[in-house]
Amino acid sequence: MLTIISPIMRIIEIPMLALQRVLGIHRFAWVFLLPNLILLCLFAFLPVILNVAYSMTSGDNILLEDRPYVGTDNFTRLTECSNHFDPNSCSEDKFWRAIWNTLWFVTLQVGFMVGFSLLTALILNREIRARGFFRSVFFFPVLLSPVVIALIWKWILQRDGVLNAFLDWTGVGGFNWLVDAEWAFAWTVFLTVWAHMGFYTLILLAGLQAIPRDVYEAALMDRARPWRIFWRITLPLLAPTMLVVLVLALIRSVQTFDEVFAFTGGGPGTATTFIIQYIYERGFAGAPRLFGMASAASLMVAGVLVVLTLVQLWVNRRNVDG
Amino acid sequence: MKQKILSVTAMAAGFAAMAGIASAQEVRFMCSSDGNECEVYEDVLRRFEADNPGITVAIDVVPYQAILENLPVQLAAGTGPDIAKVTDLGGLNKYYLDLTPYIDTAYWDESFGATLDWYRAGDRQGYYGMHSQLTITGAFINATLFEQAGVDVPAKGASWDDWAAASRAVAEATDTPFPMAIDRSGHRVAGPAISYGAALNGPDGPTLSDAGFTAFVQQFVDWHNDGTIARDVWAGQGGATYQDAAQEFINGELVFYYSGSWQVNRMVEQVGDLFDWRVVGSPCGPAGACSGMPGGAGIVGFEQTAHPEAVAAVIDFLAQKDIYAEVAARTSNLPAHLGIAEAGVEYEGASTGAQAALNAFAGDLPNVAPAAFWYQGYAGNRAMFGITVERVSQAIVGELTVEEAIARMADDLAAAMAETS
Amino acid sequence: MNRVWQFITATRGQGRMDWTDWVTYGYLFLGVFLMFFPVIWLVLSSFKTEADIQRYPPTFLPYQQERVMVDGYDEPLPLYRITGGAYEGQVLAQVRRVGLQAQMVDPENPAGGRVRVDTDQREPVERVSLAVENYTGLFERFNFLRFFWNSTFITVTSTLLTLLVNSMAAFALSKYQFRGRTVVLLLVIGTLMIPQTVVLVPLFLIVTQMGMFNSLWGVIIPGAATPTGVFLLRQYMITIPDEILDAARMDKASEWKIFWRIIVPLSAPAIAVLAILAIMWRWNDFLWPLIVLTRTENLTLQLALNSFQGEMSTEWSSLLAMTVLTLLPIAMVFMFLQKYIATGIASTGGK
Repeated sequence: MLTIISPIMRIIEIPMLALQRVLGIHRFAWVFLLPNLILLCLFAFLPVILNVAYSMTSGDNILLEDRPYVGTDNFTRLTECSNHFDPNSCSEDKFWRAIWNTLWFVTLQVGFMVGFSLLTALILNREIRARGFFRSVFFFPVLLSPVVIALIWKWILQRDGVLNAFLDWTGVGGFNWLVDAEWAFAWTVFLTVWAHMGFYTLILLAGLQAIPRDVYEAALMDRARPWRIFWRITLPLLAPTMLVVLVLALIRSVQTFDEVFAFTGGGPGTATTFIIQYIYERGFAGAPRLFGMASAASLMVAGVLVVLTLVQLWVNRRNVDG
Repeated sequence: MKQKILSVTAMAAGFAAMAGIASAQEVRFMCSSDGNECEVYEDVLRRFEADNPGITVAIDVVPYQAILENLPVQLAAGTGPDIAKVTDLGGLNKYYLDLTPYIDTAYWDESFGATLDWYRAGDRQGYYGMHSQLTITGAFINATLFEQAGVDVPAKGASWDDWAAASRAVAEATDTPFPMAIDRSGHRVAGPAISYGAALNGPDGPTLSDAGFTAFVQQFVDWHNDGTIARDVWAGQGGATYQDAAQEFINGELVFYYSGSWQVNRMVEQVGDLFDWRVVGSPCGPAGACSGMPGGAGIVGFEQTAHPEAVAAVIDFLAQKDIYAEVAARTSNLPAHLGIAEAGVEYEGASTGAQAALNAFAGDLPNVAPAAFWYQGYAGNRAMFGITVERVSQAIVGELTVEEAIARMADDLAAAMAETS
Repeated sequence: MNRVWQFITATRGQGRMDWTDWVTYGYLFLGVFLMFFPVIWLVLSSFKTEADIQRYPPTFLPYQQERVMVDGYDEPLPLYRITGGAYEGQVLAQVRRVGLQAQMVDPENPAGGRVRVDTDQREPVERVSLAVENYTGLFERFNFLRFFWNSTFITVTSTLLTLLVNSMAAFALSKYQFRGRTVVLLLVIGTLMIPQTVVLVPLFLIVTQMGMFNSLWGVIIPGAATPTGVFLLRQYMITIPDEILDAARMDKASEWKIFWRIIVPLSAPAIAVLAILAIMWRWNDFLWPLIVLTRTENLTLQLALNSFQGEMSTEWSSLLAMTVLTLLPIAMVFMFLQKYIATGIASTGGK
């Protein structure tokens, strides 16, 4: 591999050196930045700009030039409510149901996600046998595709599923998990934590390993209790890693869609319909396809996410500024 | 080294696709199947290729999701296939290739009659689609459970109430979990709703909120609440997601299952020897109708194709009587071809049970109400199906009352109509 | 057994299990059960027949009913064990069933004639049997190798591109002081906020305009410049001391050489992390390829897998077999790269 790449790199170096002479070292940074930036502009920023344009049009035509301009009508319709806490009073009741569901979901899921990831990381950090094996086991679900994740758990939880067969066998009796709104919601939280916990566990585990051993040894010398060691040493030293986990977990939690959609379809009723699913059904799966509405909703969500991210970056500005 | 050669080939292939290089008359056929349809098309089209040197037909088997969600986007962008097997018959009308100049329209009229209308919309009244798979909704019953329970199977012409009462009696006597189930789909409940008096195409245009539809929704929700209908199907999903109850029926946990003709193969294969089942068509409603809902998929060509003649030739080939009959027989589908339907289809390799079931479904076609035919051909029907499923589900799980759900359906439909006009 | 016990009870070197060890192993085995059992079950189910998959109560192992050839009958007949009535305890072959009665024949003695048995007095004789046809069927039905190649080509090319482009950008954003740096960084992070679903249609129109519809490059290029990758690598590169760079510049090394010879090797662990992530993303990618790739010769494994989902029905047995086959390579890649991930993220966290 390296034998192929090295000569290529050496060839690239020739024009690069010339460029460097022309631009000077500091402006040369743009040369490194450019390929990534061009791709991002074309395939990330440009679609967002188009998205803004779509949000101000109506109709079910797909090409922008065929769509009538309606100004902020879509935004008005989305936010039209006599009481924002009661989705039934809104003209787009499904949007507000999705918003409130997402809010609850994110609150619960991020908490469980970070909590269990931390617990698992702490346990995997102990001197245990077959550590590599156990680490792999906890990471394995991360590799599964959303469709497969949903499929597995649907089998387990459906009325004719494995869990109920097991409960029948123990005599407890089965329960129709996915038909009950609260249980379906709870299982959605469980499913997403199950599927993504390994990712955060690994990051935290790494953070734990980076804590110098001698700090612990000193604490043990002082006969400090394990609980105290955790609060006074582990957690503060883990804080930067924890923040990374929190940021990522929050963003991904708000964007939860694929596996839940394949799992419950957002049901029962609208109990597990989250905001991305609303956008998807409005703009893609539903008929007619209301791209305008979907785009407007997505911009509103993106706005909230940007604010949250700026807050997080501000809190974490030491790491951002390097 | 081998690796390198492979990668160069792949890159070449990639660039070739990029440049759109294709053989002289290559026709791309986008197909998704519920069984062996695409395979059978591929097979009979080999014969077409042999008869028509210079035209090759490539069948691209894709997930159904690609046809439902992505095909319209691709067509709008001008990158669609030449031919596709579609289910949103009227909705895609503006992209269809008018086959009129290339076909014998008298033969088509005579053979496909009313289904040709399903592909027409507005002032585009040409010949666009060949209805390849006709389906009709109807009920399957577990005859063995009836026998065990000693309950008489309701006679032909029995009402939904009769069937509900009989199914409940059977379920109770045999300790079966569910008396009835209906697929989670706006299409599936349309027939029953018509039987309850829903006009669908009302005096003021399409409606989902007239007295008849409301009566059906009320009855449907009540049946969910008193346990007559399995909650799992409608209440176990969200959005407009499709969900069937075939698994419950196959496991003998369901007495009466309202689905459609496309399930016959699955029943034959998977029920096997577990129990006897029968097709009983669509029960009657208080409005006097005993309507099922027709449906299915058809094969259409697209205007943006570079080879309209070849496309029309392919579709016309599939529309010819002997080919159509062969495909219907091999895929166990009801024929939309009137001549073949009249003569009856000898389903290839089908058990007597399957043959009887398919014939029972075919025999129910005359009962289909005009409203059902209109609904199937209406270009906005997908919007109406989706609205039905979402709002009725909300009424079933208690997020909305029936009145609220009906009101929301009216609003949703009005909004959808405003956006599409 | 003793050795197993020793293995399990091995603790932090003191040789004695205290309660924290018990909790630890309890948690770990619970974790193995919760995390691994569903996956194992998935694999076993992929060897079940379609009817067996749908059966209730579900079985863990794949079963098929036993059938035997009986003299005088053309087809093999299914075997049943009789649980009640006059023939209790016998194993009989069923000729046919009519309603609640089954006509049975003794496979040992077919000449003995048919007997009638109530259907609730028999249960099928079953044995574990792998439905290998789920797998072999895949290879017969479509060009599995072609799809595998497409997936591999997309994954490998895209990953290499991602690694190169992202690491270059991360280098610029971490080791240079220039105007607009913060703005660029914020823009990059900002793209993290936009879920793919939302921009699918605009993105599709752009990619089509560029002539990449139905081309593998249409999948490879748009996904290459991942914001996550830039962010991850940048945060890692910050920790590399500036002194090393200054020393290299003293030696008149070009900036490209510094990037290639110093930054990249020093960031190897973080790059390994990104590599596994990129591989995972591309290999499992579904929604985007679904809209860009429609021709059979371009389909990926994920698309082929989903083509078993029709409008009205899903062919689970084939879909599961395909899932397992799709899972295998990525699982192997992970097992190979996992030790790099652990060290990689460890170094990322260590400042």
